[in-house]
Amino acid sequence: MKSLAELAAIKERMKDKVVLREGTGDIRIVVGMATCGIAAGARPVLNAFVEEINNEGLSGKATVTQTGCIGICQYEPVAEVFEGDKKTTYVKLTPDKAKEIVAKHIKGGQVVGEYTIGGTDI
Amino acid sequence: MKELSLNVLDVAENGIKAGATLVTVTLLETETGLTLTIGDNGCGMSEEVVQRVIDPFYTTRTTRKVGMGVPLLKLAAEQTSGSFAIASRTAEADPVDHGTTVTATFDKTHLDFTPIGDMVSTMTTLIMGSPHIDFLFLHEAPQREVSLDTRQLREVLGEDVPLDSYEVIKWIEEYLNEQYASSVS
Repeated sequence: MKSLAELAAIKERMKDKVVLREGTGDIRIVVGMATCGIAAGARPVLNAFVEEINNEGLSGKATVTQTGCIGICQYEPVAEVFEGDKKTTYVKLTPDKAKEIVAKHIKGGQVVGEYTIGGTDI
Repeated sequence: MKELSLNVLDVAENGIKAGATLVTVTLLETETGLTLTIGDNGCGMSEEVVQRVIDPFYTTRTTRKVGMGVPLLKLAAEQTSGSFAIASRTAEADPVDHGTTVTATFDKTHLDFTPIGDMVSTMTTLIMGSPHIDFLFLHEAPQREVSLDTRQLREVLGEDVPLDSYEVIKWIEEYLNEQYASSVS
């Protein structure tokens, strides 16, 4: 069983990491989590981003956050990737597409054109 | 919504946006019924606003004129011949004890009862989205009790480790999953 003692161990382990977290995260992945996004399946997409960023060891490079309605409800689930002043809008996402975006875009630096709002055949 | 847990995620966000420091999610199941309560200690709503909030064409947002979260939960409850109510007190009316409580009851045996779905995912998503506020979660059913109080976790973790750390979120996920697995349903 999970215990609070285990949580204390996590705290100990993270002591050194805390400093590292400060000032990192050049890339922001923002997932729309309003009614429209949630109904369209944004929750598993968000979780896929979070899982994959951590599995790939990219948590120092990118952060995943939630936002409200982005305004294009018909294209939900939507995620916006911010890098400096550049923004990429990915639409009609699935957990698998999210994983691919992490691998190709966040890790590899290549925008996955076919999943962007401009590249999707809607 | 395919799962009630998604309605919970959606409506609980309203409490967070209302500036709550504590959001309470309670599911109380009997053999045939479910009472769902989503409470917050946020800024509350005036009686006039409460009257209007169940209307899909009411929202406090200025960018768009439709807010569907509350009406969808109301629909999910009422389509099982259940009930729906909102109680709210504004911070102006009572600076100490204010906030909003949404209560929905469901007939679980009704054909149109939406499955509760993945509450664990809803709670971890809420905590990830608002790691600075506290959540109290309780899911009671015959032979089952699942609970989480982030205030207890915060006591152990202290100030330095945020609740949305990946390791902590994973711990919460497993902690809840274990409770669900160990109870007989």
